Amino acid sequence: MLKRVMLIEDEPNIIEAISFILSREGLAVDTHSDGTTANDRLRACRPDLLILDVMLPGKSGYDILRELREDADTAELPVLMLTARGQSRDREMAERAGVSAFMTKPFSNAEMLATVRTLVAGGV
Amino acid sequence: MARDTLTGSRIRERRIILGMKQAELARRSEISASYLNLIEHNRRRIGGKLLLDIAEILGVEPSMLTEGAEAALIAALREAALHAQSSGAELDRLDEFAGRFPGWARLLADSRARIETLERSVEALTDRLAHDPHLADALHEMLSTVTAIRSAASILAEPGEIDPDWQRRFHRNIYEDSARLAESSRSLASYLEAEGKAAAESGTPQEEVEALFEAADYHIAPLDAGGLPGEVAQELGAALSPTARALLRRAFERYAADAAALPLPQVLEAVVVTGTDPLALARRFGTDPARAMRRLATLPPSAPCGQVGLAICDASGVFTFRKPLPDFPIPRFGADCPLWPLFAALSRPMSVLSRVLHSAGRQSGAVTAIAFAQPAGPPEINREPVFEAHMMIAPARARTEERPEEVGVTCRICPRAPCPARREPSLLGEPGF
Repeated sequence: MLKRVMLIEDEPNIIEAISFILSREGLAVDTHSDGTTANDRLRACRPDLLILDVMLPGKSGYDILRELREDADTAELPVLMLTARGQSRDREMAERAGVSAFMTKPFSNAEMLATVRTLVAGGV
Repeated sequence: MARDTLTGSRIRERRIILGMKQAELARRSEISASYLNLIEHNRRRIGGKLLLDIAEILGVEPSMLTEGAEAALIAALREAALHAQSSGAELDRLDEFAGRFPGWARLLADSRARIETLERSVEALTDRLAHDPHLADALHEMLSTVTAIRSAASILAEPGEIDPDWQRRFHRNIYEDSARLAESSRSLASYLEAEGKAAAESGTPQEEVEALFEAADYHIAPLDAGGLPGEVAQELGAALSPTARALLRRAFERYAADAAALPLPQVLEAVVVTGTDPLALARRFGTDPARAMRRLATLPPSAPCGQVGLAICDASGVFTFRKPLPDFPIPRFGADCPLWPLFAALSRPMSVLSRVLHSAGRQSGAVTAIAFAQPAGPPEINREPVFEAHMMIAPARARTEERPEEVGVTCRICPRAPCPARREPSLLGEPGF
């Protein structure tokens, strides 16, 4: 069955590049750019993996992740977090919020693909 | 041990540095080696011709042997020891240390001075990084753009065919993103380079105005000479952004009104008597304390009362004017200490609050802070007044008996603990946050 990935990111050209790479990998990609409505969209799409940017308009990636972990339906959803801030403090915040994997911008396509493959296969 | 009793130690130190044996120095100074040994261990006093002879043989001024390290070095070492009280440095043996190991003592004193300088830099940079939303946004924007370029370029560089439509889209994206990156990096570079200059191209308009005041030592002579605020703002603010020029004009209008109410020649005469007391100055000119504070803060640096600092904030606590003192920094963007009387004044309008303050973790002296909040404009029917607070800072009088209250600059670099006003943990390690 086709695996679904949801990408929540507000930078259009990053969305385009990641969508292209993941589609080529045989994954179905849904995209969304607004933090405020992200969780509603997520529940409607029911993806197998969420790729989540930290700095989003309306609501931060950390807040979205925390809400998602409090909901029984999405508590176990693998989440790959993307951020331009790679300090250990940011990583700790993401871990406390319940992230599955964490990547710092600018990352390589190969690095992203390897992490996505692991997460959709059920690993962390 | 007193400094003048360490002459022997200094002779020994100097002799060893020169690689001279004790016996040789004894022979050349025509005394016995055992007597020299007693002198070198400070068990015999030395003076007169023998001291002059030994100093000549060792190639130093006699005073270097009798007085040892200079007072400044001793003071620097004392400050270093007081700064690290938990180190258990033997303050009672400070002179002995400086006298016997002048090189190490100098190194320690220089290191302490360098630490002090670096701490100040860290303070400034931390403030900038932690509370400068423009810098944070600019860096985030650049990293996101680089990510997009890197990702698209990698796709195009991969072996194998890519659909021509996708190829065109990624080429276009790279072109657009690279133009964006060039623009944002140029903007960031000029923002960083412009620090401290009046025309910070990417700085906030408020910072541009602050830089102009700072460059003028906060005294705008053309306005005191009767210049029209609009014309003076036009001339001095020619290099500023349009928004900054508008802010400057408003600031100059207020300055000119203050100068008209408290003319410079009369104020310079008055402060000889009133000093930096804004209430006394306000009474003398029949004006309000806030205006007197602003006038004191904008006097020429040569004014007989000395320099004062000033912070003005609006009812939300955002600074609209800041003139820091070396002993009392005022951070940008209102990320300052909630314990300052400036903010207490907002909850007690029309009351003059006076406090003696000391900045936590700093070696600087205490300051007297006088704070006062009043409506920012004239009263209007059925409209709540909007308050504005002023806080003037001046070095505390040496004789003051008031125990200083410890306040911070900004939480990130404040060691004060425990603190009910703390917003975030300190980089200096604050327990119990």
